Amino acid sequence: MEKRVVFRSSWLPWVLIAPQVVVIVVFFFWPAAQALLQSVQQSDAFGTSVEWVGMDNFRNLWNDPTYLASFYTTAVFSTLVAVLGISISLMLAVFADRIVKGALVYKTLLIWPYAVAPAVAGVLWLFMFAPSVGVVSYWLRAFGVDWNHLLKGDQAMTLVIMAAVWKQISYNFLFFLAGLQSIPKSLIEAAAIDGARPWRRFWTIVFPLLSPTTFFLLVINIVYAFFDTFGIIDAATQGGPGKDTSILVYKVYYDGFKAMDLGGSAAQSVVLMVIVVVLTVVQFRFVEKKVNY
Amino acid sequence: MVERRPLLTALSHVVLILGVLVVAFPLYLTFVASTHTVSEIVQAPMPLLPGTHMVENYTAAWNGTGGGNGSKAPVGQMMMVSLVTALIIALGKIAISLLSAFAIVYFRFPFRMFFFWAIFITLMLPVEVRILPTYKVVSDLGMLNSYAGLTVPLIASATATFLFRQFFLTVPEELVEAARMDGAGPMRFFKDVLVPLSTTSIAALFVIQFIYGWNQYLWPLLVTTNENMYPVVIGIKRMISGGDAQTEWSVVMATALLAMIPPALVVMLMQKWFVKGLVDTEK
Repeated sequence: MEKRVVFRSSWLPWVLIAPQVVVIVVFFFWPAAQALLQSVQQSDAFGTSVEWVGMDNFRNLWNDPTYLASFYTTAVFSTLVAVLGISISLMLAVFADRIVKGALVYKTLLIWPYAVAPAVAGVLWLFMFAPSVGVVSYWLRAFGVDWNHLLKGDQAMTLVIMAAVWKQISYNFLFFLAGLQSIPKSLIEAAAIDGARPWRRFWTIVFPLLSPTTFFLLVINIVYAFFDTFGIIDAATQGGPGKDTSILVYKVYYDGFKAMDLGGSAAQSVVLMVIVVVLTVVQFRFVEKKVNY
Repeated sequence: MVERRPLLTALSHVVLILGVLVVAFPLYLTFVASTHTVSEIVQAPMPLLPGTHMVENYTAAWNGTGGGNGSKAPVGQMMMVSLVTALIIALGKIAISLLSAFAIVYFRFPFRMFFFWAIFITLMLPVEVRILPTYKVVSDLGMLNSYAGLTVPLIASATATFLFRQFFLTVPEELVEAARMDGAGPMRFFKDVLVPLSTTSIAALFVIQFIYGWNQYLWPLLVTTNENMYPVVIGIKRMISGGDAQTEWSVVMATALLAMIPPALVVMLMQKWFVKGLVDTEK
């Protein structure tokens, strides 16, 4: 749908669009092109010589067990964050949808973690579980669990997953609540008259009707776990112990800024770009489908 | 509610109250920790009721006079950096997106759709996938440790441009015709008709983008090396150094709480705009 009536000017539109275009060319496209270029080059540590190496950087990545391990870590991390975050918020939203009195109070008290910075969330959870001063780690010890995420990789992973889920619940909750409220009451009433009890109504009517929301949130949560959890990981575990919580984004940062491996880091950036493109395409195809539906 | 089931309603309240408690527990603990001295906290288990050292911890955090090995940048100043950064990012994103959406919808010029798609594609290039080269550009331009470096690279917004374009397309054509008949030029139309019509979208976007700007972490971590330019989120991270025991937890927690207050207030007080913004920006 385009406008039939437009303004005429040969220079004004260029001036209007210029600020945005300058920013995206200088800070988005130029760096992205640099990353693509560097991913097929190899420069020495002092930046004095640059050599064309073709696909070598990518080949090195596939042969690098730590990179493959990072892929695996990211897969475990994002799957668990998405599944746990979605299930917990769905449960809360379903119960909140039932409530008439005080619904707004619950909503307000559940949505504020969205406002907490990922890095601050990481610090809060680190403090609760810190091996020597943490309250929760102290309680866990009382129950015979020896909590020390500085030494045990699976515990470190548990910690960052909990922090990431905690921060994302509010977002999922709001979308599920909106989805639940848009389900026609008549459907539920008809099922109730036919004798379907709440449990059965949920699985045969509500849950299938929510599936577009659930799928949308699945994509969003995976994107979140991939890209927006850097702060949580850097604050809570710094990718450790060893490399046990070093997800792909953390590894790009670490290899580029700490280990100064330009070519390798650029190749990792390119792999990440491909992942973003795939996720974005999935998300938009889905949004289009929802519009038709 | 379809039918009356008192037991199920009671269960709903129980589940929600448990949910609220679990979600709020880290916050409560942060508050408690910020009211005790470090030695009280380090003695496991730390007390679970608020202590009596609240004022001195917050003063120490605000003025940067706490002990410990980490960074001692005063929180007052870091909050100022965060506030300025978040405001520039939010308002800047809204301003340049309004202008480019206006150009794309209300003018015909060569490469119009090319620019639109170019802006749109930046969705697929988050900072995380191009950190090193972007850092290089910013340092070549001499923008490290400055507000320009903290904000300008983050100011482009595909979602906002897309949102305003969608909205402008729904504005009735008659308004343009009427404005032109009355002799109003494009900028007059933009200022007196389009912007006032977009207020709700602008408010919703502002809430989302303010939180986005305030909570930035990776980017400020790269471009700020000077304590004067640390946003508060970076400051907290830099206060934690060495082992658990050497960290001045009481001051760190006071800082964390202070850092959470502005965005949390924005979310809770502007809840309506916030929800609208979330839903709009994801479409």
